[in-house]
Amino acid sequence: MGAVLGPLQLRLAPPDYEVTLVHGMPVVRLPSERLLDTVRLLKDEFQFDLFLDVTAVDWLPRQPRFEVVYHFYSTSHFGRIRLKTTVPDADPTVDSLVPLYGSAGFMERECHDMYGIGFRGNADLRPILLYEGFVGHPLRKDYPKLQEQPLVPYRK
Amino acid sequence: MARTSIPIPIQSVGGKTGAFEYLTTKKDELVGWARKFSLFPYPFVTACCAMEFMAVSSSPYDTDRFGAALPRFSPRQADLLMVVGTVTHKQAPVLYRVYEQMCEPKWVMAFGVCATSGGFYQNYAAVQGIDKIIPVDVYVPGCPPRPEMVIDGIMQLQDKIARSQHPIMTKDF
Repeated sequence: MGAVLGPLQLRLAPPDYEVTLVHGMPVVRLPSERLLDTVRLLKDEFQFDLFLDVTAVDWLPRQPRFEVVYHFYSTSHFGRIRLKTTVPDADPTVDSLVPLYGSAGFMERECHDMYGIGFRGNADLRPILLYEGFVGHPLRKDYPKLQEQPLVPYRK
Repeated sequence: MARTSIPIPIQSVGGKTGAFEYLTTKKDELVGWARKFSLFPYPFVTACCAMEFMAVSSSPYDTDRFGAALPRFSPRQADLLMVVGTVTHKQAPVLYRVYEQMCEPKWVMAFGVCATSGGFYQNYAAVQGIDKIIPVDVYVPGCPPRPEMVIDGIMQLQDKIARSQHPIMTKDF
């Protein structure tokens, strides 16, 4: 899996990019403006043709608060890669990957449910795991741990 | 050793004065006896406890011995609601609707610790026990409960049915 690291480091150069190897997996840190271009490059030049998942990390109280994490896989050279970008609390928005990977739509919905990350270009960010009317984003660190939002009134 | 048995006069002798023409009992005892051996469960199965539910309802443990084996997949035909597994707030309206659709008399069993109290899920998603939403007759804790615990729960429910009153006319009529 490390075979792809050398070409990656040549292609994705500092200061915008930081390419490292963590537990045998290439990890790319990048600014959120470069996300869509970088993923297109990974897909076209490095054959990362399978979108695995997108999730987020809430680093409260650190700023920028959110880290959005992407995983990709290649069905030709069987390598994996992780992309990390950060977004601030005030505007937690990144570009959607739906133009590149159709499957990204559902995973971005889940990430939007749980962390409130906005995905520019994803037209359908309705709740997928939560229900309509749920207030807040339950996996954020400032969501109260015991807060319930029942749909059926409790018995007395 | 030869036994001398007393013949039971099944045939009525002398018109309608035979031994088996009538018997005396209490209405509640008779109806309770009939109801406790004809529990038709509705399996509201949501999570991993389903595996234990399958084990307890199939041959080695066999809830059919207690008359509670034939699952009805319409709540209108069922009288025992078995809530097997975690119930989330998103599912709670479905559970409530199923309970409302069941005809009287109806009983509810909370199968497993999640249905009993929420178990180890205490977060934004899980209902902290189905008794927050619907009344529960018998709780079977365990993660998952042993089949013996489920059978014990069914037997305790049978005792409860046998002991309770069975009005012909309920307040809902």
